Amino acid sequence: MSDYNFAYLDEQTKRMIRRAILKGLAVPGYQVPFASREMPMPYGWGTGGVQVSAATLTPEDTLKVIDQGADDTTNAVSIRKFFERTACVATTEETANASVIQTRHRIPEAELSEDQILVYQVPIPEPLRFLEPRETETRKMHALQEYGLMHVKLYEDISQHGAIATAYAYPVKVEGRYVMDPSPIPKFDNPKMEMAAIQLFGAGREQRIYAVPPYTKVVSLDFEDYPFEASKADHSCDLCGAEDSYLDEVILDDAGNRMFVCSDTDYCRSRREAGHSGRLGEEAA
Amino acid sequence: MQPQTQNTIYGGGFANPPVDSAHGFRAAMNAMARPGTIQQISGAVPLDGISSAAGALLLTLCDPETGVYLAPDVDSDDLRGWLTFHTGAPVVAAERADFALGRWAALMPLDRFRIGTAEYPDRSATLIVEMPELDAPNARLQGPGIKDSARLTLPELDAFQQNAMLYPLGVDFFFTSGSKLAALPRSTKVTAGE
Repeated sequence: MSDYNFAYLDEQTKRMIRRAILKGLAVPGYQVPFASREMPMPYGWGTGGVQVSAATLTPEDTLKVIDQGADDTTNAVSIRKFFERTACVATTEETANASVIQTRHRIPEAELSEDQILVYQVPIPEPLRFLEPRETETRKMHALQEYGLMHVKLYEDISQHGAIATAYAYPVKVEGRYVMDPSPIPKFDNPKMEMAAIQLFGAGREQRIYAVPPYTKVVSLDFEDYPFEASKADHSCDLCGAEDSYLDEVILDDAGNRMFVCSDTDYCRSRREAGHSGRLGEEAA
Repeated sequence: MQPQTQNTIYGGGFANPPVDSAHGFRAAMNAMARPGTIQQISGAVPLDGISSAAGALLLTLCDPETGVYLAPDVDSDDLRGWLTFHTGAPVVAAERADFALGRWAALMPLDRFRIGTAEYPDRSATLIVEMPELDAPNARLQGPGIKDSARLTLPELDAFQQNAMLYPLGVDFFFTSGSKLAALPRSTKVTAGE
């Protein structure tokens, strides 16, 4: 055991975060201000998610950390090691074995269960921030449920591009009340937000925590004649052949060759282990 | 762990505060995120007359930053001493409380507790209601955290329906009995029925 307090943060900080999480769960989609602490990593690297995870973890938990769906990127590896060292929790890369999953910008492909908690790292929690820079005003807009500006933004998308061009951080309305930023997940993931697991959102630099309890209604904003569409690259995974997963495009050489691979590395690996193979699956293996 | 001496204000705290409060919070979070479910919460041995669930909740969530209101039926010098020694939380009037503890009748009237403001609905009280039992459901619950519907034992229905109408303002409730814990956030719609 290291000389850190369990899960790094001091107890009073954890209590403050825990109280914010409980109020967040009681008012789904509402951003609860909290006194975000300095963490031993820069803002923008998941300090909000890390603080929420630290306040949530118990010694019996198994933690999984993903960054854009991948378990093996720098950010995910560092955060996993951070909690291995400060909370002595078990870690895993397998979605089904994890009890707490901290994520940056993806929801795992595998369906989450009632026993799991999904913690999002959030850069800008305020969905209206790029439309109205003043916090005093956006607070008022949420209080009055004044979300017309967001619909105007989506309408301008349609008038300029012929479709709603917003592809990630696609705004949602939670339980018919608060418009919420789902963090920069691809809009492909939006329909998954009505799930059995508890979803917690932490924005460290912006000092906000919010939450979505299980089975809460989460509706992506749209128009009757331009309904929301969960889009992805029109390919199958070149490694595992999955048709239903969100894909990353990887440039292979200077000749314009490219491949599409699952962004969820655990999903892709488990499919390949089960014998599935895509266009380039044999070469890669 | 040796059971600590009860009935003194210095005993009955968490044996291992970081771990016990992590477990306590997980139970509280699961209760609040899934209204109607019954969670087990333990680790505290509070004074006579206070359930171990309520004691553990206070130890998990309260500190010098949170005002606690003690309803007349539980308020005593000993409990004030216990709360102060273990959490440092100030005992305050109902109108200023972040947390309140007591049995249902003693906590009334409900409208004196803070319900938050339109811009900050989180600035509202959380009531910890001591219940004789949680095993005789008399209410149907629907809302966030509930798949279809859930059932819960409530001391009455009217007050919770009124509270839900204030949404997104309102107070949130924990119900404690022995080591059992349940919760009812303001977002839950309550109707009669077993």
